[in-house]
Amino acid sequence: MRKPRPALKNAQQEVRIFRLRSLLALLVVVGLLGLLTGRLAYLQVVKHEVYITRSENNRVRVEPLPPTRGLIYDRNGELLAENRPTYNLMMVRERVDDVEATLGLLVDLLELPEGDVEAFRQRSRQRQRPFQPALLMSDLNEQQIARLAVNRHRLPGVEIEAQLLRYYPDAEIVAHALGFVGRINAEEMETLDVGNYAGTHFIGKTGVERFYEDQLHGQAGFRKVETNARGRVLRELGRSDPVPGQDITLTLDKQLQTLGHELLEGRRGSIVAIQPGTGEILAMVSSPGFDSNRFVTGIDQASYRALQENIDLPLFNRAIRGQYPPGSTIKPFMALAGLVEGEITPNKTIYDPGYFQLPNDSRRYRNWLRWGHGRVDMERSIAVSNNTYYYTLAHALGIDRISERMHDFGFGERVTYDIFGESTALMPNRDWKRARFNQSWYPGETLSVGIGQGYWMVTPLQLATATSVLANRGKWVMPRIAQRIGDDPMPADLPGTKEDIELATPEWWDRIYSGMEKVISGTEGTARRTGVDLQYRMGGKSGTAQVFSLGQDQKYNAAELAERLRDHALFMAFAPIEDPQIAVSVIVENAGGGSTHAAHLARAMTDAWLLEPEENERDVEALLEAEE
Amino acid sequence: MAFVDLTRGMRGHPVRPPQSGMTRRRSFWLRIHIDPWLLLLLVILMGAGLLVLYSASGQRLPVVMAQATRFGIALVAMIVLAQFSPTTFVRWSPVLYGITVLMLVAVEIMGDMGMGAQRWLEIPGVIRFQPSELMKLAMPMMLAAYLSRRELPPRWRDLVVCAALMAVPVVLIAKQPDLGTSLLVICAAVFVVLLAGLSWRFVGLLAVIAAAALPVLWLNMHNYQRQRVLTFLNPESDPLGSGWNIIQSTTAIGSGGLLGKGWLQGTQSQLEFLPERHTDFIVAVLGEEFGLLGMVVVLVLYLLIVSRGLWLANTAQDTFGRLLAGSIVLTFFIYVFVNVGMVSGILPVVGVPLPLVSYGGTSSVTLMAGFGILMSIQAHRRLLPR
Repeated sequence: MRKPRPALKNAQQEVRIFRLRSLLALLVVVGLLGLLTGRLAYLQVVKHEVYITRSENNRVRVEPLPPTRGLIYDRNGELLAENRPTYNLMMVRERVDDVEATLGLLVDLLELPEGDVEAFRQRSRQRQRPFQPALLMSDLNEQQIARLAVNRHRLPGVEIEAQLLRYYPDAEIVAHALGFVGRINAEEMETLDVGNYAGTHFIGKTGVERFYEDQLHGQAGFRKVETNARGRVLRELGRSDPVPGQDITLTLDKQLQTLGHELLEGRRGSIVAIQPGTGEILAMVSSPGFDSNRFVTGIDQASYRALQENIDLPLFNRAIRGQYPPGSTIKPFMALAGLVEGEITPNKTIYDPGYFQLPNDSRRYRNWLRWGHGRVDMERSIAVSNNTYYYTLAHALGIDRISERMHDFGFGERVTYDIFGESTALMPNRDWKRARFNQSWYPGETLSVGIGQGYWMVTPLQLATATSVLANRGKWVMPRIAQRIGDDPMPADLPGTKEDIELATPEWWDRIYSGMEKVISGTEGTARRTGVDLQYRMGGKSGTAQVFSLGQDQKYNAAELAERLRDHALFMAFAPIEDPQIAVSVIVENAGGGSTHAAHLARAMTDAWLLEPEENERDVEALLEAEE
Repeated sequence: MAFVDLTRGMRGHPVRPPQSGMTRRRSFWLRIHIDPWLLLLLVILMGAGLLVLYSASGQRLPVVMAQATRFGIALVAMIVLAQFSPTTFVRWSPVLYGITVLMLVAVEIMGDMGMGAQRWLEIPGVIRFQPSELMKLAMPMMLAAYLSRRELPPRWRDLVVCAALMAVPVVLIAKQPDLGTSLLVICAAVFVVLLAGLSWRFVGLLAVIAAAALPVLWLNMHNYQRQRVLTFLNPESDPLGSGWNIIQSTTAIGSGGLLGKGWLQGTQSQLEFLPERHTDFIVAVLGEEFGLLGMVVVLVLYLLIVSRGLWLANTAQDTFGRLLAGSIVLTFFIYVFVNVGMVSGILPVVGVPLPLVSYGGTSSVTLMAGFGILMSIQAHRRLLPR
């Protein structure tokens, strides 16, 4: 020490300083307490509303109770779409001691590839709050469930959750007609009623599932629960039960649908069958089909690309979106147009030298039979599918009148009540051509349309519909695929039904039918081979559509090219003539002539629908083989 | 009846000669060396604390009983310590300080020996406590004892000694790591020096040094400590992780409103949204269930304790008593400020309990021991030469 310490410290000064400083300290204390009080007042008074809401949101959870989706049956009560219980693998991170080890163990137990650990790790973080279970994997199989159950003691925090998933027992056969559900995507999310879909993960994407989405889905319920921070439900504060979706009974007949599918096995094409009196669609087949179940849980990229790039376009619904030149199948409709417009009578004849010529034009429009059919009346023109008769008629009618009359039958229009995504195809006229190509209509093009070629395009559904209307003596009953929604039958008359087609002389319908019957049963009918041993009266008309070009984006090799340039085979038919029960359209792509490659398929359909099984002796397999 | 007596006892300073008729009663409190007012305030606070704890513990009576037992031990410790004369404390200060530092070193070595982060010292089956907790008392005692022998205000040399005495245990505690306790030990030391009359120039200088030390501190922090600071700056950045605590505690307090949701009715606390709700975050339970009103009542209670404490400190007859008493009281307030500040979201999360309310044994006992020393100081004032 430099300086000796004073014997007596300056006690007075010390006390003064201390008193001053402790007073100062007290002031600071008061100031800081004021600061705290200010902060508390800010939280508890100014921001009270915000925080009371937050704490309520913490405490009260509104859990949506999704409704059970309605089932779909065929007309005989056979289940086409059901809800199958499936099991999801869930994990609560907070309850897991060692997340990494657990994920590794799960991948081992489920025999998944190593790479799935990363996917699991990411999914385990996808949740909104602590203690919320995260979905690791959906649709566990029984073996996986069993293994998880056995190892449960090693897997704290891992849970298995049951969920109902859409399942189509006969997916391949009805995929196109029925459509399918899939996970709701972001786009759909924007247009949905969020409240009603809060607990719903799936929505109808196409077909019946899409068109009747509202009815099938039902009304969501909810329950208000009080939960603790771990998400455990402590008590229920309120509840409103969900209203399950309505079951839908379709007009489809599963057996007939299956037959149609088998008939087209290994080919590209479509078969549509309608009951003329009721408009009920009995079968609507597009081949090839696909397994729509794979779309329910979400199909993987590679499989989806494979389906999309498949040259046979399995995802393409040919029945409602496939556009084909109708070929000669429309000759009965053309004849009817001639009758309605007064251009022909059933007995009026023309002479066919094997070709038709426009006035002042040297070009010859040929009949398919080079030397011609000679004298031809209306019935014979249908039976032998004479072209010259229809060149003459088309020329007389002109394109606009043809177009109008064909619209009466639903060509160029959407004609059904509840088919989702139906195409209008194309019924051309002068205005259309000017708008489309900025060109005037040439008389030669009318002749092409007269025999179902040229710009005219139909869908198999349109052809079946028109056939049904024709079989029904012009009376329109709108085609539909639903028979009953819940317990309510569909009304016979649906809004938007087209006006009936009337003939000045109703007996002329029978003359048309007679022509169509001769196609199958007449001695010179184009499909007379199909009429062998026919046990009822059937009318029909064959068609052959030329394939002009391949789609630009289709990949092909030389061998396939030849096959894909072949004509499409078409056939339309109905039976029995005196009391039509079924109208059918058949289109087989690149099969060749319709009378030989499509007619027997139509007959197989009518046989199956009209005959008892024991009466139906024709063997479909043999039939198909015979054709090869 | 008892209240009349208490008022009398309160008039402490300057000491008046004993008056006839009151001598016996006044001398009762003096004889047992207890300040009745401070005791009353502390007991009220403990009672309120137990009430809140019952709710915060999820209405588990055993927890409350355990805490009440600790309070009992703490009260006994206070009364016992109040019986020693301040001169004893002066004498024992360096010894206590030395032993505590040694224990901190022992903890550090055991930690190095691979037993992980270590705060506890344990003689199995006998006692188990945190030496760092003891340092909260040993530190101000040591500095007060040292400075009481020096001429005040302190000089450079004294400050260097004080800084060294402070640095050793603070570094040891911070290494444990226990940021909250090291902060409180620093406060206890700084308060002694401030009350001793540290010149304001030095205070300014210290503030500058502290500001400069912040980056160094940041670099030496553990990751979880840095995370706490970052979370404090923006809790929403990690609402499920480190931000969860502070979001839930402000939600609890804010949702309490003016009058609160009622005892045992706080959903944030009863439904376990509030973490550590019976220890460091217990004040959020108070805020949620008793509202701003309850909070203000408790804060006023703390203000009264601090005021009474400072008052008693001013009655002390010697430098040691004054400095120590002042430091104990102000450190007690720092607990309150840091805890309430962190739970209400104006300070980062540091592990500091709310004194005499949070569940926990060691801190209650240390705090009450401190008040025991305070009472010894006020009770023995007459025995010291003026």
